Amino acid sequence: MGVVTSIEDIVGSLESGMTIGIGGWGSRRKPMALVRAIYRSALTDLTIVSYGGPDVGLLCAAGKVRRVVAPFVTLDSIALEPHFRAARQRGAVEFTEYDEGMFMFGLLAAAHRLPFLPTRAGLGSDVMRVNPGLRTVRSPYDDGEELVAVPALTMDVALVHMDVADTRGNGRYLGPDPYMDDLFAKAAGRCFVSCDRMVEPGELGGPPQTLLVSRMHVTGVVETPGGGHFTDCHSNHGGQGRDEMFQLHYAASAADPEAWAVFADRFLSGDEAAYQESVQQWREEGR
Amino acid sequence: MSATRAEICVVACAEAWRGDGEILAAAMGTCSILGARLARLTFEPGLLTTDGGALLTAEAVPFGAPAGAVEGWLPFREHLWLVQNGRRHVMMGASQIDKRGNTNISAIGDWPQPKSQLLGVRGAPGNTICNPTSYWIPKQSTRVFVPKVDVVSGVGHDRAAELGPRAARFHDLRRVVTDLAVFDFGTPDGSMRLVSVHPGVEVEQVKAATGFDLTVDGDVPQTRQPTDEELRVIREVLDPKGLRYREVKA
Repeated sequence: MGVVTSIEDIVGSLESGMTIGIGGWGSRRKPMALVRAIYRSALTDLTIVSYGGPDVGLLCAAGKVRRVVAPFVTLDSIALEPHFRAARQRGAVEFTEYDEGMFMFGLLAAAHRLPFLPTRAGLGSDVMRVNPGLRTVRSPYDDGEELVAVPALTMDVALVHMDVADTRGNGRYLGPDPYMDDLFAKAAGRCFVSCDRMVEPGELGGPPQTLLVSRMHVTGVVETPGGGHFTDCHSNHGGQGRDEMFQLHYAASAADPEAWAVFADRFLSGDEAAYQESVQQWREEGR
Repeated sequence: MSATRAEICVVACAEAWRGDGEILAAAMGTCSILGARLARLTFEPGLLTTDGGALLTAEAVPFGAPAGAVEGWLPFREHLWLVQNGRRHVMMGASQIDKRGNTNISAIGDWPQPKSQLLGVRGAPGNTICNPTSYWIPKQSTRVFVPKVDVVSGVGHDRAAELGPRAARFHDLRRVVTDLAVFDFGTPDGSMRLVSVHPGVEVEQVKAATGFDLTVDGDVPQTRQPTDEELRVIREVLDPKGLRYREVKA
């Protein structure tokens, strides 16, 4: 069962060298408050497992990452993630590049304690070349088909962001897509849930199929209003989804070292409350 | 009514799904998405299309419009399972494509430290090995049509042949549509062939924008013109704001 905790205590329980899974997809429902806290922590040498978005970008920018495990890194409405690009082009991060279906099979294997799951995805592509450790497996039945044996994407810790969670760590999503957050929760030794709004047990409401993450897989839960900002969350930015204006500002700043220094100083040098306040000020200036 | 180049492209994309019946028409890029929805609204009414997100819409909706009534749910996890299931024909983009239909959306240059990091392979490996696959390339040039792609994200005919007939039995490259022409792989060794040039485009122009030997069989026909009804659907229903012109100039 999850205990109600704080952003600082969650990040304080992480260690350098860990493998950390991050839920969401691209620039959608990312646990950004937790990512921002890792950004300003002393952690280093992390392996990040993610359907990558600005979470991967920010952590690359801060030099926290040794290896990225991902099928893509994108901001969705902006195709390419500037910090991730720069890190790859500098040779600053190692990269385990999977097809996005392979990646899901890796999560499914880890979530269900299997060493691997077989799939056709990856066969014939350079995913096999750039991941020389990948193995294939032959069907033991008459068809004898050869398939990719996607290894379990096990991780030390998973971080996911829910629209609503209760104080036990049960989490509910309100948007149209659960992404793979429940699989991340099951695949990790420990899972931490951040949420826009925290309620008492029994008060999550809504259709039961929107209850995505169960307390049985959750170590800690923290309320972080706007904690998914600037990614696409049902609950933030007045229900408008992704803060496209702010994402544009992020991407433009990330593409230029001087602009990035200004951005980082303004938005990322304080705690989460300071971040939310700076964003609010930035928005008011823009009006 | 006379059609713009972008509208020729939308119809050429739509044609990729002709005869596909009740499958998901998955599309990336404006003209491709418009093409899928146009096909559904005209000659291929059985197709399923999305709102660009997790919802299968009850009717084909205008580009960028909210889903309205829905007939199904296709979040990413279900979409990835559908790739394995096979009732899907995807039209992807490509930053590089070669003569055998290998494509790259991952990185330009040497993979370990690329000159230009792009998206990553995304779903291209699985798409090409599991589903009928076509491509929409809005700006054909020798930078895109290259002798050899730097990273094989989408699997071409030579790579599929190396896998053997069993493993590659669902590999099925259909067509490539660009701003200049339509191509397929209907040659004995599965190399790219020019099918038609868009009205106003010369064969030599297409060859000059291609960085490999292109098969050209005899007289190359013109890509067909949209019908009046197709033009009406594109202009009045699917894309009244003219977003297609951000991809292919009028």
